[in-house]
Amino acid sequence: MSIWDHANPKKFMSFSGFILPYISILSMGLLSWGLIWGFFFTPDEVRQGSTVKIIYLHVPTALLAINGWFVMLVGSLIWLVRRHHVSALIAKAAAPVGLTMTIIAILTGAIWGQPMWGTFWAWDPRLTSFLILFLFYLGYISLWKTIQNPEKAADLTALLCIVGTVFAILSRYAVNFWNQGLHQGASLSLDKTENISNIFYIPLIISIAGFLTLFLTLVLVRTRTEIRLRRLSNLHLIESRS
Amino acid sequence: MISLLKRDLLVASRSGGALTLSISFFLIMIVLVPFGVGEDPLILGAIATGIIWVAALLSCLLTLDRVFQLDFEDGTLELLATAPVPIEAAALVKAFSHWLTTGLPIIIVSPGLGLLLNLPEGGMMWLIISLTIGTPALSIIGSFGAALTVGLKRGGLLLSLLVLPLYIPTLIFGAAVVNRGLLGLSVATPLIFLTAVSALSVALLPLATGYALKINLK
Repeated sequence: MSIWDHANPKKFMSFSGFILPYISILSMGLLSWGLIWGFFFTPDEVRQGSTVKIIYLHVPTALLAINGWFVMLVGSLIWLVRRHHVSALIAKAAAPVGLTMTIIAILTGAIWGQPMWGTFWAWDPRLTSFLILFLFYLGYISLWKTIQNPEKAADLTALLCIVGTVFAILSRYAVNFWNQGLHQGASLSLDKTENISNIFYIPLIISIAGFLTLFLTLVLVRTRTEIRLRRLSNLHLIESRS
Repeated sequence: MISLLKRDLLVASRSGGALTLSISFFLIMIVLVPFGVGEDPLILGAIATGIIWVAALLSCLLTLDRVFQLDFEDGTLELLATAPVPIEAAALVKAFSHWLTTGLPIIIVSPGLGLLLNLPEGGMMWLIISLTIGTPALSIIGSFGAALTVGLKRGGLLLSLLVLPLYIPTLIFGAAVVNRGLLGLSVATPLIFLTAVSALSVALLPLATGYALKINLK
């Protein structure tokens, strides 16, 4: 059983249909566990007060906003190299989810920034990069929407995704160069013993896991919808021919 | 390739206004700005760089849909794809002729418009240098976007949505060169990055453009 078996839409459908209930229940459980713990059962932070609790939404969505694009990139590369339709559809399905995560990250950041920095928005490198990421998502999604022929759309959007990735990374560093930051550096990393105090850290990790599984659930559901839509349009084609 | 370039330039000069369209647009944008922000020379001088660069971006965008669209519609592009010259090279030539008809005129008139916007004298040289290095990247990146949307009926709006985000690094480094030059700081870092963006785009993006054209011609 290799991962390429799932390139077969039928196998992918049966496998994803099998894991979907589990993963969505897992996601619901983790999200309610992490968020309820985070919102109601953690102490207020010394300087930030209760505003710190928005971290349980802000950090996971921001993580997934970037990784959503990464999913699209991998899907696009696999599509261009191995021509598996499922991977192109996964890339297509991940885009709106990633876009939503980007919007949530920007909005929660603004809500958090108002009491902390005294402003909803600053042209800080991280904030600006997220705005740019948002624009890239918009372009990618609109290209999918505009092109009628599915194969051509998959090809062109995959190409856009790859070129866009290069320019998005370039923009990230250009923006870094362009302006100094207000946003703090990365607080979470894998090679530190304690990142932030464990009181906040553990619910945060649970929330991240919850959002990650939510992301997977949504992408799987959307991919399944896309596959069904593709089947439907093929049925229509066959019908109109006969 | 040279004959293709000649043909493109000829078409541009005879097809009614392609040559003057983007430069007139550039001019109008610059003229409109003082009406919006007031004529205070200090304010205008402070934003002149940004205005000129953004105006250059937009006027580049204005003529992008012509790069491949007409040739796609009348079948010339298919001939080019089957010609002995690889389509990537044809894409490069097309981008180059787009630059000759938009980027170059913009560079030529930019000092005059810099004067209009009261750009301080120290910035003039850097403005010309940054535009000279940066505008080829604009044409190349733009032609990639144009190749993506060439098969679409009304691709113009989508084209701007796709291309403008890709312009961000060029804009940042290009404007940074001028702004640092104005302050008398070292411009080496942004200048190197601007050149790198431009050179990499010229070297690699025609491959992507050619691939996009092939997909669209399939």
